[in-house]
Amino acid sequence: MAGTGAHRARAQRRLRWVVLTLAAVFFGGPLWAMVVFSTSSPTGVTGATWRQLVDVRGLARAYPSFVDGVRVSAALAVLTVLLMLVLLVPTMTWVRLRLPRLRRPMEFLCLLPLIIPAIVLVVGLAPVYAWVTYFFGPSSVWLFLAYTVLVLPYAYRAIDAGLSAIDVRTLSEAARGLGASWPRVFWSVITPNIRTALMSASFLAVALVLGEYTIASLMSRNNLQVGIFQLGQRTPAMSVAVSLAALLLCFVLLVLLTLVGGRRQRRVSAHPVDLEENP
Amino acid sequence: MTAAVSTSQDVVVRTRGTRRRTAAAALGTVPFFAFVTLFLLVPTAVVVAEAFLTDAGAPTLDNLRALGSGDIVRALVNSVVLSGVTAGLGAVFGALIAYAVSTASPDGPLRRVVSAGCGVLAQFGGVMLAFAWIATLGLSGLVPTFLRDHLGADVDTSWLYGLSGFVLVYLYFQIPLMVIVFLPSIDGLRPQWREAAESLGGSTWQYWRHVAGPLLAPAFASSALLLFANALSAYATAAALNAQSTFLLPLQIGNAIGSEVVLGRQNVAKALALEMVVLVAVVMVAYAWLQRRAERWLG
Amino acid sequence: MRTGSLRGAAVCGLACVVVGLAACAPPAKEATGEAKKSSTATSATAFGGIDALVAAAKKEGTLNVIALPPDWANYGEVISAFSAKYGVKVVSAQPDADSATEVSTAKNLKGQSTAPDVFDLGKAVAVANTDLYAPYKVQNFDAIPAELKDPAGKWVNDYGGYISIGYDAKKVPAPKTFADLLKPEYKGKVALNGNPTKAGAAFAGVVAASLGNGGSADDVAPGVDYFVKLKKAGNLVPVDPTPATIQSGQTAVVIDWDYNNAGQTKALAGKIDWKSVIPQGAVNGEYYVQAINKDAPHPAAARLWEEFLYSDAGQNLWLKGGARPVRSEEMAKAGSIDKAAYAALPKVSGFPVFLTEAHGMKITDYLNENWQKEMG
Repeated sequence: MAGTGAHRARAQRRLRWVVLTLAAVFFGGPLWAMVVFSTSSPTGVTGATWRQLVDVRGLARAYPSFVDGVRVSAALAVLTVLLMLVLLVPTMTWVRLRLPRLRRPMEFLCLLPLIIPAIVLVVGLAPVYAWVTYFFGPSSVWLFLAYTVLVLPYAYRAIDAGLSAIDVRTLSEAARGLGASWPRVFWSVITPNIRTALMSASFLAVALVLGEYTIASLMSRNNLQVGIFQLGQRTPAMSVAVSLAALLLCFVLLVLLTLVGGRRQRRVSAHPVDLEENP
Repeated sequence: MTAAVSTSQDVVVRTRGTRRRTAAAALGTVPFFAFVTLFLLVPTAVVVAEAFLTDAGAPTLDNLRALGSGDIVRALVNSVVLSGVTAGLGAVFGALIAYAVSTASPDGPLRRVVSAGCGVLAQFGGVMLAFAWIATLGLSGLVPTFLRDHLGADVDTSWLYGLSGFVLVYLYFQIPLMVIVFLPSIDGLRPQWREAAESLGGSTWQYWRHVAGPLLAPAFASSALLLFANALSAYATAAALNAQSTFLLPLQIGNAIGSEVVLGRQNVAKALALEMVVLVAVVMVAYAWLQRRAERWLG
Repeated sequence: MRTGSLRGAAVCGLACVVVGLAACAPPAKEATGEAKKSSTATSATAFGGIDALVAAAKKEGTLNVIALPPDWANYGEVISAFSAKYGVKVVSAQPDADSATEVSTAKNLKGQSTAPDVFDLGKAVAVANTDLYAPYKVQNFDAIPAELKDPAGKWVNDYGGYISIGYDAKKVPAPKTFADLLKPEYKGKVALNGNPTKAGAAFAGVVAASLGNGGSADDVAPGVDYFVKLKKAGNLVPVDPTPATIQSGQTAVVIDWDYNNAGQTKALAGKIDWKSVIPQGAVNGEYYVQAINKDAPHPAAARLWEEFLYSDAGQNLWLKGGARPVRSEEMAKAGSIDKAAYAALPKVSGFPVFLTEAHGMKITDYLNENWQKEMG
């Protein structure tokens, strides 16, 4: 048994390296082209654009709306992830446990934001946001309501995958049988078991919020990508450099997110609650 | 044991208690549905309603009739083909990468880097993505220039702006999306099942064919469906890559809604959006039917 | 069972009510007093003179503009000059928007403080949406030729240009006509600024090509055939030309308005030797149009902006960007024009054609039916 295990581990390692190397070439190619462009000049390789970018204080002075955009996007990311988790996790668990007939309608609803292109969705969002602005003011932070809707397709798919992999019914009934309240069930029983799924959903939410341009722009609001666009109008090399910097920033943020969520994973997944195997 | 008992209970006529429980349960979903109604259904209803109005506000079926024009039908076919191909290829390659990542240690740096990278790239699109690909494979891009300078080969790069080029560019965000969305499913495969299959003498192929495959199939299919819808509505990338043509549905929509030249077609854009919604609804119905058949077949 | 369906019906009914309410507009804040005076003023005299207008604008403190890229007709400098002169903060939203989006944004944001105050529109969109504008006659209104403005002052032409061929002088030989672009030296290098059924510059580009190939203001078929030929020769790239694509060499030749190509020359100075030329015998010109939003959140600032744009200072700033301001002839006669910039404008050889509305509609219909079909 140990022999096959070691053999399998070696085969898996080989596969891992082959697949990931090919993927790195495919995904790294265009990014490398962007780096080359942002450092090219008639006289050869130059770091001028990047040096300008790193001068954050100078940028902030010249483009105050860019700094405002960064701040707004940070708030938007946090609010969107929170609202998405609070809305989706209890509802999806609930539907699985008690209302299985709602599953298909919910799946379709959660796919709808992805089907309608943003340029058309804005037409429909405008009257709703007229009310939001009427009650809450024109601040760009209120975009988090629209962004939560935009993130539903991705988050639903990720969380659904997570919930399918665990036995929600047995877990929740066991917890209820031991006297836990429903909020306790969601927080202490369901959530830790779908950590990967929640991580995936949050990743996609953060990346979506930080990468979203169309809706913010068409509603004449300010966010990171709108600010980047304005910055990029300085020179084309700057627009490419800023986009790369934003990608890098988002990547670092997500890696940090994995550190926040990842540490408890090993402890939990080592002993998944497999009640069905131990009647 | 318990399962058998509850089945016979279900067969009994639904008591008032069951209905009350269902109603109370439905209450728990109210926050979600209220939010979705306000911020998704209302905008969709506005768009769908305006699809049946002229620019002046009078009811009309002209916008729907415009959907039958040769241009738009061709755009529909192209969009379905492009979305289908990128969904299929993206699902397969993405699942492969997700599996490769899942074999690494769950707390290790490889897993973190790939997950974060895929999260970022899944949302990377628009003008920058188109620019990056043209800078790589366009006529004056890195690869053709390299080939020209070092191998003397003059490559025709016009394919980048056609369907095959679009497939390549779309895969750039489809594959990472698949990885992110499919990884939780692969993580759900218990190592005990693999060990059980091996202890019963099964080979790797048999494990995948009879144990892991059927378990992963529903998640694989739903993720592919997500990829399909994702590709279908991608606008910014398509518009930046090929500004001349309206050979895809989102490009037709962009033309209708934002034209400086051909006016009065803004509501045709909404009819096109309605067409896309109906299209995906049809695909979903087919997928649901397929899933039910597969469940019955898998037992 | 019956209670269940009743409850279901009640939920649906409630949902419909919510949908209906949400789709209607929230109650609008009625403009009173000063705001009302500003939003109905049809000239500076209604304020009591230009100084009162400046004071009212300063009080509002902000101006919302839309679809004004900084390198388009030197708008970057126009905006900063206005802001510096009057102390009014200019918020420039959606610089990449097209005219139709300007109008739909104004409709979507109606009554909100972020709605656009003023528009800079293509002719076709401008003329089709006159019920959105507030009539206003700037101080120089009478000096503007009658065919270039709406008699009530609802819209006024602001600057114009001719279609030109911009090119990277180091990468390609200097073209003189459209026929030159079919030569093999231009393989994979020529870009049109957008889709002619969507973008005004591309539309004008096809018309200009048509003029250069035996067509006329009535007949754009030669233009479409020309671009099909260009595509078949492999010379046309379907990429959307941007400063990034020009600098990276992806689009070494761009067919666009002459002031846009002039803007690129300035922006790429030192990196790329970008020159532009108006093609011989294929001269198509078009003006853009200024208008004030009827429901502008900052009506006094909007009116002051128009005064600034049509003043000598504003017109000369546009001229600096390579655009031909609407008062250029009058200012040249009066000597107030920026002579150096005026002389630096690209030379026009041939009879310039300006399309009328009727021409425009006929060409639009033809393009709508044939462009996608021919170009594939």
